[in-house]
Amino acid sequence: MPNNHNLSVIGHAQIKIDAMGKVTGETKYADDLVLPRMVYGKLLRSVYPHARIIGIDASRARALPGVFAVITGKDLPIKYGIMPSTQDEEALCVDRVRFVGDPVAAVAAIDEETAERALELIEVEYEPLAPVMNIRDALDEKFPQIHAYADHHNIHKFVALEFGDLDAGFRAAEYVREDVFFYEGDTHLAMEEHACIGHFSADGKLTLYSSTQTPHYVHRALEKALQFPRGHIRVIAAPVGGGFGGKTDPFSHEVVACKLSMLTGRPVKITLTREEVFYTHRGRHPVLMWIKSGVKRDGQITALHFKTILDGGAYGSYGIASTYYTGALQTVTYKIPTYKFEGVRVFTNKPPCGPKRGHGTPQPRFGLEVHLDKIARELNLDPAEMRRKYVVDDGTQTVNHLTITSCGLRECIDEVVKASDWKNRKSQIPNSKSQIKRGLGIACSSYLSGAGLPIYWNDLPHSGVIVKVDRGGGVAVFCGSTDIGQGSDSLLAYIAAEEFGLKPQDIKVFSADTDLTPVDLGSYSSRVTVMTGNACIQAARIVKEKILQASAEKLLVPPASLAMRDGVVICEDDENRKLSFVQAINLAEAKFGTLTGTGSYKPPKRAGPFKGSGVGPSPSYSYSACVAAVAVDTETGEVKVEKLFLAHDGGRAINPLSVIGQTEGSAYMGFGEALMEESAFRKNMHKIPSLLDYKSPTTLDTPELHAILVETIDPEGPYGAKEAGQGPLLPVPPAIANAIFDAVGVRIDEVPITPDKVLRALEEKSKGNAPRFGPKDFPVIKMPEAIKVEPPDAKHAPRLVQ
Amino acid sequence: MKQILRLRINNQNYEVYAPIHKTLLEILREDLNLTGTKHGCELGECGTCTVLIDGEPVLSCLILPVAVQGRAITTIEGMADGIMPHPLQTAFAELGAAQCGYCTPGMLLTSKALLDQNPQPTRDEIKHALAGNLCRCTGYTKIYEAVEQASKT
Repeated sequence: MPNNHNLSVIGHAQIKIDAMGKVTGETKYADDLVLPRMVYGKLLRSVYPHARIIGIDASRARALPGVFAVITGKDLPIKYGIMPSTQDEEALCVDRVRFVGDPVAAVAAIDEETAERALELIEVEYEPLAPVMNIRDALDEKFPQIHAYADHHNIHKFVALEFGDLDAGFRAAEYVREDVFFYEGDTHLAMEEHACIGHFSADGKLTLYSSTQTPHYVHRALEKALQFPRGHIRVIAAPVGGGFGGKTDPFSHEVVACKLSMLTGRPVKITLTREEVFYTHRGRHPVLMWIKSGVKRDGQITALHFKTILDGGAYGSYGIASTYYTGALQTVTYKIPTYKFEGVRVFTNKPPCGPKRGHGTPQPRFGLEVHLDKIARELNLDPAEMRRKYVVDDGTQTVNHLTITSCGLRECIDEVVKASDWKNRKSQIPNSKSQIKRGLGIACSSYLSGAGLPIYWNDLPHSGVIVKVDRGGGVAVFCGSTDIGQGSDSLLAYIAAEEFGLKPQDIKVFSADTDLTPVDLGSYSSRVTVMTGNACIQAARIVKEKILQASAEKLLVPPASLAMRDGVVICEDDENRKLSFVQAINLAEAKFGTLTGTGSYKPPKRAGPFKGSGVGPSPSYSYSACVAAVAVDTETGEVKVEKLFLAHDGGRAINPLSVIGQTEGSAYMGFGEALMEESAFRKNMHKIPSLLDYKSPTTLDTPELHAILVETIDPEGPYGAKEAGQGPLLPVPPAIANAIFDAVGVRIDEVPITPDKVLRALEEKSKGNAPRFGPKDFPVIKMPEAIKVEPPDAKHAPRLVQ
Repeated sequence: MKQILRLRINNQNYEVYAPIHKTLLEILREDLNLTGTKHGCELGECGTCTVLIDGEPVLSCLILPVAVQGRAITTIEGMADGIMPHPLQTAFAELGAAQCGYCTPGMLLTSKALLDQNPQPTRDEIKHALAGNLCRCTGYTKIYEAVEQASKT
């Protein structure tokens, strides 16, 4: 554990500054807000997965008493979207619907019931088109094209990159293996349904209150979709009742609430139903994967060739980034000297996929870690030892030009090996007579601490913080970052408290308001701790320097001899020379004027010299290792995960309580994806758009979680911190799959791992066939020639051993 | 059809003139401004809207207020004693059992019902009591720890 004794707040367990509001019911989420004269909006959604809109007759809805406005695509024809290159969404579809749930019209009415009755009175004439419901259909050119801008028919995007000499890598190998995997899509399932209020006020200004993780990007999208100047729009993110990536796109209901307010002059609230949240989606992409690797007999990787096909659903969303992410982070865990990645994203007529916790990386991580487990078994190597031996070193530049500033993965492996008693494990395959068989499996992973590049190209800071000190002693921190439950507001308070020698409860935080707070890009890509944290330190230290200078003059000592702690400014050499915080800031304000400090953070520019290098770079990478302990019932195929041991290197834990909470929450969510959760479709419809039928883990399902923190002190992070909110999810599904093999000797190369799949694999095994359930082959796709990229020539790059 | 509903909530008497088909959840949030009670599905599937009726946890999205007139309804706003938080509230805050906080009111009330009937529950009894309340943030562990801490005070 790192030495925290010079720090009074950072590194110590803290109560979050908003905790009492949350436990008393006082916190106001978006749907808790009510404004005078507010009316209610509702969206009419397509009942066809793929159709042309021939006509819409809203006259009967408009005539219904209590209805204030009815709008259709003609009122909002301008396309928007989160990525600049895929501006393909319409707030209300103009002439084509692309999934069941695509919005086509909206009403504002005096109450929700009237709004719903009005929706029933809108008549939409559709001309149905053949729906494209899976990857296979999307590759078949006899199906209609969903978006004309796609790279090729329904292939949204091709990516092909080769780093180093892959052929040489395979020639140097002593064992070569190929595998195919499938990772089913799933969804965020935040407990709060999306809600917003658009308010066009009498002064001609527009305000949107919304449950969003990214108020800045919503701000930009509103300007475009509404053709209204951004300087007159204010977006306020209410405290978010769970995000996990599900509230990071600008959404139809946000644009529509604003438009309806601009037409009616009243605040308009739209709250999605749970079923609508399932259609809004932006969840985990289903990904089909093909992996071929070459290794030495001791498990050292000489070449890795990775192919992915992502089922993107109906729109672009973050999909371009998701596609790159299925290839970007394979290289940051183990030394890989040559690497080729070929990724394809297809459009289908399903709710759009996007970023869910781990964004594009849990799927390839599942494939890679199960693939490595198979290699270890084939080569008779210990799966933990094999991984540990070839972990990347601090200071590595990977073959695809990613820079590792600190890596605690070896320690993470050691911790879970110790906690799970891995070395004394007994694989129960040969000897147990019971129908319940137990096994252990291991997997590792890494994730970014914030994307190195913003979503739209610009040279501006990624995060800004203003610290203002009032002469009465109040410290206010202003930042655009958005608290989605991960504790980003508290983070700002901890840092300001640490720097000023105060308590976190002394700090007031104002966040996520585009009028009041400087831009922060949002709560995605695990960027907030590193980026707002660094910006906050910078802002606080500007104010602190003024306080110390003014205090030094008063106390007749050098500023360097002064410290701020326990609510005073005190001379370290003579503790009788001290000032209260309020005395000190009054001296500083008298000397320097109004006391404020600003901080800005831009990540280091580290992208490699090739197209597509923007996805993957990060100030730092977190590391995780997981051992899963499972019990498999060979009669029913049920898998019970009894324990998950999860060690996470998130750098210095700013608040260890919160970091453990993020680690446990990630492990839980990874467990749900591994065994239960799937966004399944039947007859062109979402099969299970309800909380009852979409199976997520309850208290009775969730395994015993053992979170262990490994604190490397990262040079890029605030006080050495890295990320913790997403990375720990990644190793869980493959650790569980590997544990199932350890228990019963079958490979389930597809998640979720449901009992029927386990039984089918056991049947295959008993017949003497390959003991496996999973995809059989990988489609042949005519790919563009890969961009060949020279590996970095830094002396720390992994080398190919001949 | 509207009717006067006489409800006893957090030891206060309320008269509400409202359509009789409105759920208790809607009456609490929309007519009485008791927005501490949240909703996650409004179909009885997630436990988010849990309130106590005569000390028993119920899903307010499935309850018609006419059916609970005169009975003791407790919402999250009624859990603290004035400005003194309930030990469960303190424990949830101290141990990080509330991340996004959205399921927290339901979790707290279900936990209160458990501790009122079984002041020293085992971990397994806590799991069973909370099995109808979904949380997406915590993995539940911190919630168990908070209930255990509160049970010791």
